[in-house]
This record gives sequence, structure tokens and C-alpha cells, in this order.
Amino acid sequence: MSAIHAPLRLEPKDYASDQEVRWCPGCGDYAILKAVEKALSELGADPDRTVFVSGIGCAARFPHYLATYGFHGIHGRAPAIATGIKLARPDLDVWVVGGDGDMLAIGTNHLVHALRRDPDLVILILNNAIYGLTKGQASPTTPIGTRTPTTPSGVVERPLSACEIALAAGARFVARSVDVHQKHLPEILVRARRHEGAAMVEILQNCVIYADGAWAAITDKAHAAETQLLLRHGEPLLFAEGRKGLAPARYRAGLRIVEVGPEGWQAAGVLVHDERDRTLATLLAALAPPLPVALGVLYADPAPTTFERAVHAQIEAERTRAPALDLAAAIRRAPTWTVSD
Amino acid sequence: MRDLEGAHVAAGSPPRPRTPRSSVVVRLSGDSGDGIQVAGGQLALATALSGADLETFPDFPAEIRAPAGTTFGVSSFQIHIADHRVHTVGDRPDLLVALNPAALKVNLPDLRPGALVILDPGTFKKRELERAGFTCDPRADGTLGPFRVLEIPIEELTRKATAGTGVSARDAGRAKNFWALGLVLWMHDRDTRSVEAWLARRFSNEPALLAANRAALAAGHSYGEVSELSIPAFTVGRARLEPGTYRTVNGLEALAFGLLAGGRDAGLELVYCSYPITPASGLLHQLANLRPLGVTTFQAEDEIAAISAAIGASYAGALGVTGTSGPGMALKTEALGLAAAVELPLVVIDVQRAGPSTGMPTKTEQSDLFQAVFGRNGEAPLVVLAAATPADAFAVAREAVRLAVHHMTPVVLLADGFLANAAEPWRIPELSPEPAFPVRFHTNREGFRPYRRDGRGVRPWVVPGTPGLAHRISGLERDFETGAISYDPTNHARMTAARRAKILAVADDVPPAALEQGEPDDRLVLVGWGSTYGAIADAVAAARARGRAVAHLHLRHLWPLPRGLGPLLAGFDRVLVPEMNTGQLAALLRAELLVPAEPLTKVTGRPFTVEELSRAIEARLEEAP
Repeated sequence: MSAIHAPLRLEPKDYASDQEVRWCPGCGDYAILKAVEKALSELGADPDRTVFVSGIGCAARFPHYLATYGFHGIHGRAPAIATGIKLARPDLDVWVVGGDGDMLAIGTNHLVHALRRDPDLVILILNNAIYGLTKGQASPTTPIGTRTPTTPSGVVERPLSACEIALAAGARFVARSVDVHQKHLPEILVRARRHEGAAMVEILQNCVIYADGAWAAITDKAHAAETQLLLRHGEPLLFAEGRKGLAPARYRAGLRIVEVGPEGWQAAGVLVHDERDRTLATLLAALAPPLPVALGVLYADPAPTTFERAVHAQIEAERTRAPALDLAAAIRRAPTWTVSD
Repeated sequence: MRDLEGAHVAAGSPPRPRTPRSSVVVRLSGDSGDGIQVAGGQLALATALSGADLETFPDFPAEIRAPAGTTFGVSSFQIHIADHRVHTVGDRPDLLVALNPAALKVNLPDLRPGALVILDPGTFKKRELERAGFTCDPRADGTLGPFRVLEIPIEELTRKATAGTGVSARDAGRAKNFWALGLVLWMHDRDTRSVEAWLARRFSNEPALLAANRAALAAGHSYGEVSELSIPAFTVGRARLEPGTYRTVNGLEALAFGLLAGGRDAGLELVYCSYPITPASGLLHQLANLRPLGVTTFQAEDEIAAISAAIGASYAGALGVTGTSGPGMALKTEALGLAAAVELPLVVIDVQRAGPSTGMPTKTEQSDLFQAVFGRNGEAPLVVLAAATPADAFAVAREAVRLAVHHMTPVVLLADGFLANAAEPWRIPELSPEPAFPVRFHTNREGFRPYRRDGRGVRPWVVPGTPGLAHRISGLERDFETGAISYDPTNHARMTAARRAKILAVADDVPPAALEQGEPDDRLVLVGWGSTYGAIADAVAAARARGRAVAHLHLRHLWPLPRGLGPLLAGFDRVLVPEMNTGQLAALLRAELLVPAEPLTKVTGRPFTVEELSRAIEARLEEAP
């Protein structure tokens, strides 16, 4: 978290701007907006010191709806704009919001490099597995076989995993939640903000118009207990109301489902979640049906410093080494000669 | 000067008489591993300290380690030494030092007839000749007929001179650049003190290398005096330069200093964001080493990230600057439009190179003018400037900062590969103790509207963190005052007009059009921009000395064009526009001013020569009504 200021006591609604929200009725983004407002309230965020930066797409309209500073930029480039903001003003509290097209297609490069550099940013990927604003084309997270206007016989490409990419890029905070999880999501957002460094949160979001139910296999309440693995640091990887758990696979690297018997989860060999375990996080990030999908903080292990702090510490050290150096002196570091009248 | 004929004096006799020269053009050339650029830099410094005027240009291969002895591995350094103000590196060398056959092969076509060629016969072996592409020995087949040739076994003499210094045979041979430099310094009537001082610093931790290079330098220097060959010696007097303290500066150095001076004058920190690209990378290197002076540097993952981060920095209250070359400009286009739309200050430096596409990265061109002025989707006007000479880049970079922050606009500063690497003496300017054009961020809550414009059409700059002024900006069209998203047709027309008017009004904030040389009632005017300055200035000065009614006008402000340009140009019978493209400024002048501008184009990757422009001037004057 950036420079500490006395937390404000603002209600979630105080973080809403005066703009009329223009997402489709039923869009998952409404729930995410609400969760963000809750998180800001919980954090006591100062709207005047908070900046939301976005790219292009439905999700990228986010800054317009928040009463903070906001910069709605161009497609895919929000992480780069945000990096520039943090370099110039490390004291600002900067959030990046984008969709799966923004962050995993046109802007993947910037996402990857923002995560490896590790500036103190929260990066929200609102993943609805479709291009919404351009009317329903397949996105990099659309499942194989999905028919869209650009894939009339179904998608043939394998989808990307935001969390796996983040881990591969060296992210030090990787989390996943669901738009409608109104208790879980704000908690994750608060944790992400309190993490020092780049914190990526993938939010499974429903597009009611073009990809309704894209995540239903995971998010449907009816079978959520079986399809979702809620992660808690230091607690066993249990799901299905504690009847099942994840244990190390036999004869290969991976995870397998085990039944938890009366002897308890330890006896079943269920693993305990450790947010600092990158290898475990990588296995968790890859979980997909028929295995339960991991929700919560997959990985959190802050680096000793952030990108902007490291850069400014270097500059400070350079200043200390050359205290007398000013522009006039720098210009005269080359040999000079004088011409007189 | 036409040749370097010296007096024939036997070895051991008193110092040889020197021929006074008003100017000499020297080119050092060798393999890319021969240390030509280092020797050239030291020759330039020694020349500068002599009080002569100079202009230099390094010409090195695109390949980092091209195969030894090949023509595409040749590295050259040219210096124009004069007892008067010169603005070019000289059309044709009077003296060529070629350390191998490939260097001779590459440079032969450029030499002035009668030029002196110094070559090392030890390198003219069958293998080297073949590698350089000579089918027979050029010393034997008349190829060198038009020139005076001195064969000096430079490498062998270097080895002899460095014997006993304790360096390896390989390192001994590598000191030949300093041997050659020593000889050229002697020919040029310069001592070796400044070079020795540099060597002492450079090799302070390597005593054997220091001793070897010193010995080579001294041996080369005394060779001229003692050799039985008649080595020509010349002397060039001091030039009349404006009083002041000078250093040599190349275009990239001057840009770096100018940006820093601009940041200082604006009272802002700079954030320079860039991605490596030839020939602009040097600017990132320069600034990365000057970070304590108020610049944060950022090597981005690509060109788009570089400009986007710069825009982010400006949004946050620093001045974002990005630098690139043509292909990188193309990638930055969309973000440049964003900066124009959100109306934030930004400086973009385009060090142009020969295109299209990858083109010739190490060769110069001025073909990005249209891209700078027009190259964006939608109506996205911005300010375009161009630096005329290496030293001028300081003032123009500072001007770019001033216009960007005062008019809340992106400013594109056009340089080019020639200007970036060419060097000349620079009178070090006095820096004002206080910021000369300080920025005042808007902090007043009263009636705040993010896009409400002042009398000049400029919107307020409000940085995040300002209490009570939280607002949103966007690349979507926004309301004329509130900045809220607006698709209203009338609003869009009004915003488009406002953005255009704001940029055109910059013309009120810059000097009106003025001639560099000549009179408004001359018959012909040469209108230039960018690094063609030197060749045009020297050609026009020479023509005027011949009594020709020809003037020179040089544009530093390309968009908007300066006030008074149309009427001024209308007064000439003919308007000739020399530029290193196929006529972009000429087209702009015709379109904007309805003047009969005639392009004079060159796209060889090399700058104009004075001779080419002189011929063009004479031809136009003969035809003129």
C-alpha cells in the first residue's frame, strides 16, 4: 500500500460518481463495481488520492463510475499508463481495470511486464470470456467450441489462464474471485490493495448478453460446493462441505481429489494452503473442471520492494554519490574551452 | 582547400614548414573494431581546443561486430576543421586515413580529386583485398590515380613503438588507432596533450595498455617529423566564434540537456520512457546517466508502453517524454491521439531514419514529417518542431517542453540520425537560476470544469491528489466543459474545432517567420527544416558571396507554421525546399500557403552536400524569370 494516510470514513455509495452507469441490465460488472466501492470504503481510501486506470471495453468504463481520479485510456495499455503514474507519483493509490480482451489479448504484453516489474498496483481482470462491447466475438478466454460471430463453427484455440500467466510473469499476488461473491470479492480486493506490489485479481464475470453462463459450470450455486475450492492461508484444501479435499497426485506432479473420511483430512493426505508456495499456486491456478476451481488468494508473497521504490532509491543513491551535480555541471563534464573577445 | 601538398623535407631537419589552410576535411576509416570513433572523438577535441570551428560525423556499420575486413564492417569518422564558421562536415574529404582495404574501397567514391590517402600496406594482402571486394590491388591498377597516396606501415610501426610496454601482441596492434591519431594531430599542427590526458583517465587501471597507447600516439606524432616520406603538414587558424565557454556536443547530448533544461524551467520532474531503437537509443542512455538531475528513465517493454507510461507520468504531474525513430512513431500513433484527446502535455522525440518499414536504421532521412503532422486517426492536431543542428537541439528540446506544458499538448520534436550523431562546438548557455516558465497546476475548486478552456483555448492541468478535484478523463469524446462522455454531435464539432484552434494558436507563442540569410526581395529562397540547415546555410552563404540574390529560411516550428510565413515566401520569385524525403515540406507549404514551393529531394540516406545545393541554386537562378 502506498503512503499511509488516515483512513477516511466513507460509505461505499460515497465512491460512486455522478455518472449514470451504462452496462447492460444484469451485467456482472454492476456487482464488481459494488464490491470495489465496498472495498474502497473498507480500506478508507481517499478518493482524491486514488486513481482508476482502464483500457477499452465494457470493463474499462469503470473509472467513469467512481468518484476518484480516473483515466480511461486506450485498448490494452492501462498497465503501462499506470506504471507511468506510479513512476511519477509513487504516493498515489492506483488501480487498473480491464477485461479479458484488454488484458489477455491486445494488452497481454503490458500485463506481463507490469507484473514482472511489480509496481504497487491492483490489476483487476474482469474475465467474461467474450468481447462484449464489440458484440460478442470470441476472446482469449472463450472455451473451445464456443460459437460466436467470428467462430461460427466454434472456437478452436485453447483459452488462456489469467492466473497461470500472472504466475509465469512473476506476479507476487495472484487471486481469483467471482462477480456475485459479494462477501468474498471485497475481501480479496482489500487484500490485493494491502499487498505491496502488483496484485492481480481475476474476477469471473458473467456477460448476460453474449456469454451468459460462461462460468456457470463453476459458479452455479446449485453445485458450487463441488466446483469451487475456497482458499484460506494455513487451512486445508477442502471443498464439497469438507467431504473432499485435494492431495498430491500419485506418480506425477499434480493434485487429485480425495474423499475425507472419519479419520479427518490429515489422514486423507489433503494439502494445506500456503500462499507463499509458488509451486502450489501454479497447481491451483491450473485447476479446471472436473477438478474444483480455486478461488481466493492463490499466491501472495510480497517482494522486498516495489518497482517505483527501487527506481527512486537508485536515483536517490546516485544523487548522494554526486551531491554537487547539477545541469550546469553535467554539461561541463565534457572538456570545455573558452573563446574571449 | 584542394589538396594537402606539403614541402619535401628530409628527416632530421628543422620542423617542416606548414601550409596555412582555411579548412580541411579529414576522414578516419577502418574496421569496426579499430577504434576509429574513439580516435575521431579525440581529434575533434584537440581541434576544438585549437580554436578552429568544426563539425563531425561518425558513420558506423549497422552490424555490431561485422566480419573483419568487409566493406559493411567499415567504421568512419569525418571532421571538418575550419578557421571560420562551418555548418557541415564537408562534402568531400581532403585527407583519408584508411586502415584496411575495405575502408579504402568504401571511401574512395567520396574523396576530392587530389586528396591525400594514407594507407597501411601491411593490410593489402590477397585475403584482405578479396574480402574488401577488390579484384586486383588498387595501388597497382590506377584506381588511386586521382589521389596522392602515402603508404605507411601503421600497424607494424605501432608494434615497434609499443614493444616493451608489456602488452600482448594483440593489444599492441590495437593501439594503431592512436598511432594514426598521433600522425594526423602532427599533420594538423596539434600536440597530443588532450589525448594523453584522456588516455590517462581511460586506462587508469590498466598501466600496460596506457603505456602502449601513449607510446603509439607519441610514435605517430613524431613520425611526421622524422619520416623520410614527405608528409604534408598544415595549419588551420582560429575561427571567430562568439565569446563564451564551449564544448562539443552531438544532437542526442543536446536533446538530453535541452529536455532537462526545459524540465527545470517548467519546475517539473521528467519521466523519459523509451524502447531501444536506432538511432534514438542514445538518448535513453544519456538520460539514464543523468537521473540525479530530475529525470526518471524507464525502458518499457515496447514503443506503445513507452508512450503510454509517458502519458501516465504527465497525467500524474511530471512531464512525460518519449523518444523513438520512425517505426516506433508508427507504433505510438494511437497513444499520441490519446494525448491529443485528453489534452495532456507530452514530448515525443522522433530521431528519423531512412524508411519505410525498417529501412536503413543507421542512415538518415527526413521522411516522418507527414507522420508527425498528420499521422493519426481522427482529427488529432499537435505541435511539431524540428532541430536544425546538433547544438540547436538544446534550444528546440527546451522549446518543446515549454510548448507542451503551456498549451497542454503533445509536441513532436523531429531530429534525424545525422543530427543525432553529428557533433559541433556548442556555446554553453547560461541557465537561469529560477524556472523560466513554471507550471502552476490548477487547484481551485471553485467552478472547476476539467475541460473549461482559458483565453488561449487551453484546459487546466489538475493532478491526482488535488483535494476536491477528482475527475475522469477519457479518449472517448467528452463534454466541452465537464469532460463527461458525450456523443452529442454539436459537442463533437465544437471539441474538434477547439482542439484545432488551440494548436493553431501556438503560432502566437512562437517567433514569426524570419530569414536566416538574405533579404525578402531576393529572387530565390531556400526553405529548410531539420538537419539540412548546415548544407543550406553554407551553400547560401557561398552563393551570396558570389553576389547571388538568394535567401535561407529555416523552419523550427513546422506545425503550426509560424506567422508571416506566407507573405514572406510570396515575395520571392522561387521557393526551393531541399529535404531528405520526396517533398513533404514542399507539399505542406503548397497546401497551407498556396506558394509555388519546389521540392529538392534526396533519399540516399546521406545528407545534402553543399555542392549539390550550390548547383541547384545556380540552376534555379538561371531559369528564374
